[in-house]
Amino acid sequence: MTARATAASAPTPDALPKVRADLLPLLLVPALALLALPLVGSLPTWVTLTVAGLAMGLIIFIIASGLTLVFGLMDILNFGHGVFIALGAFLATTVLGGMADWTASQNVFANLVAIFAAMVVAMAAAGAVGMAFERVIIRPVYGQHLKQILITMGGMIVGEELIKAIWGPQSIPLPLPAALRGSVLIGDAAIEKYRIVAVVVGLAIFALIFWVLNRTKVGLLIRAGVQDREMVEALGYRIRRLFVGVFVAGSALAGIGGVLWGLFQQNVIPQIGAQVNILIFIVIIIGGLGSAGGSFVGALLVGLLANYTGFLAPKVALFSNILLMVLVLLWRPQGLYPVAKR
Amino acid sequence: MLRGFLSNDLPRSRVLTAALVVIVLGLAFAPFLFPGARSLNVAAKILVFIVLVASYDLLLGYTGIVSFAHTMFFGIGAYGVAIALTRLGPTWSAIAAGVVGGLAVSLVLSLVIGLFSLRVRAIFYAMITLAVAAAFQTLASQLSDLTGGEDGLTFKVPEVLSPGFSLMEEPFLGASLDGKFLSYYLLFVVAVVLFLVMLRVVNSPFGRVLQAIRENDFRAEALGYRTVIYRTLSNVLGAGFATLAGAMLAVWLRYNGPDTSLSFEIMLDILLMVVIGGMGTMYGAIVGATVFILTQSYLQDLMKLASDGMAVLPVAGGFLSALLSPDRWLLWLGVLFVLSVYYFPTGIVGKLRTRALGGTRRP
Repeated sequence: MTARATAASAPTPDALPKVRADLLPLLLVPALALLALPLVGSLPTWVTLTVAGLAMGLIIFIIASGLTLVFGLMDILNFGHGVFIALGAFLATTVLGGMADWTASQNVFANLVAIFAAMVVAMAAAGAVGMAFERVIIRPVYGQHLKQILITMGGMIVGEELIKAIWGPQSIPLPLPAALRGSVLIGDAAIEKYRIVAVVVGLAIFALIFWVLNRTKVGLLIRAGVQDREMVEALGYRIRRLFVGVFVAGSALAGIGGVLWGLFQQNVIPQIGAQVNILIFIVIIIGGLGSAGGSFVGALLVGLLANYTGFLAPKVALFSNILLMVLVLLWRPQGLYPVAKR
Repeated sequence: MLRGFLSNDLPRSRVLTAALVVIVLGLAFAPFLFPGARSLNVAAKILVFIVLVASYDLLLGYTGIVSFAHTMFFGIGAYGVAIALTRLGPTWSAIAAGVVGGLAVSLVLSLVIGLFSLRVRAIFYAMITLAVAAAFQTLASQLSDLTGGEDGLTFKVPEVLSPGFSLMEEPFLGASLDGKFLSYYLLFVVAVVLFLVMLRVVNSPFGRVLQAIRENDFRAEALGYRTVIYRTLSNVLGAGFATLAGAMLAVWLRYNGPDTSLSFEIMLDILLMVVIGGMGTMYGAIVGATVFILTQSYLQDLMKLASDGMAVLPVAGGFLSALLSPDRWLLWLGVLFVLSVYYFPTGIVGKLRTRALGGTRRP
């Protein structure tokens, strides 16, 4: 499922032996879930926790996928990624607040339309801001790592302060639409309705990203660019444009993720971006910097572990992510799916 | 004599020398020149941050390592002194125990983080330290039996340093000679000594190797220097000095909590001070910390005036006044930060030095 696996298994079947897909990290997810089952004890609780973990993991993946691809393509780590998350979440408060009729309705479809509208607005705004961010903040410092870290951090400060200037520094409640509150009973397991929505939306977006990356020409170029940028340029493709596209798409995805995350927390503060930033850094380090597939596995692991430990040992839960990162890096120092040449 | 103290690393610019002399004299005679609790607090904060920022510059400016865990070490020092003074009572030996304990924890922690993650690229280290620092902050607020949780710890310092103590009844040259006066000068002496030691470190052969690693680590490795070891040592040294700065802060404030020494905002402040002052030169720490803290303390008053003025404007006045409101001062410093990374990557000090060079070279 990684870039390497599929890229090498391209046309000539006999000349190149097929690289075997590395499924071991993928197995970690069900392994972790199964390991937690006896510890949690009761099956219904376990189902509830697992669904919550998957929902959280998928939202994190949506946010992290853009960041990791941007890093893979252009060797740029955007510390300002959190701004787009915060922007998405705050736009959600405005849009959902403005569509009060739709969110107060007991009709699930009206609710979903409202969330969808918020996602579209957040996507458009975050994408546009992302384009400006790339142009103003990042473009002048290509290839200078130290400056990149500093300048994107500066962009983060400015972005967060602007959000405070527009929406105010206080925390804003972001209640779920009426029909999505509460939970449904499947067997004995109570599952919050919104988490099901989050899982479905998350899986849909994951499928879309996966399809674009593995089944389209653009995706092929992106994956090739991650592996060897100069070679792709030598073949006559303008990797710069590709990169700007990925950056804008990544920002837009972070905006969508921000909407989902804000609804997940049901409460939005300006520091939300910085908080989620730490989480997604852990995820992309676990996954292997630059690997979209790796960040998927990493996000699911982080989401599941956070929910299991939150239930089993709340004190440990605060550090479960760091623990997970240390364990993964001891096993594979470059992350679960190391990208070639790094 | 003076050259020896400054480790042969002179300011090399007349304007800079003048500015430094003004700052140092201002700090040395602050209790006489600027009487009043608020201005003395500002001066003490400048002293603490000069040490803290210089220690961060050792990492960022001299070795080229971006760490976001510097406030963690700052906090360890502050908590070390705070916990020791709370538990052992207000004695000098308690302060010593706190400093030594804090240093030990910092050194071990920085060594572990360094060996674990400095082998790989700069970006990796930045991300890992960000995560570790966040975890540490959570830890500090969770262990409320030891650290006082979110409320922090309020404690007593040895009697000589406490505000109630007075050396003389009469004010001397306009300054009241009380415990605050003495603890200010304790801070001043410690800050001067620590700064000169750091200046010595960066101008030693060891410091040269650090700079070589910053410029081209591959080449430094090829010349036979074990870059991992030098990087880790630089990390450990930076952490140690940050710990001492934290101890200074705790002694001055007689209070410590997560927000005063561990929060991410302070990390951003340090970053801004290093970049604005000038990376890769210790004098940048003095200039940066002074400019930043004076701005932080007094610019907000100025912005309040501007904000109130803007609110009168009919169109877009509301948003403009929100932008200029004193709470948003970080916005403008952030903009300044971004601009200075672009246009003055060497900061105020670097700019002044280049100008001085240009002046002498011109025919």
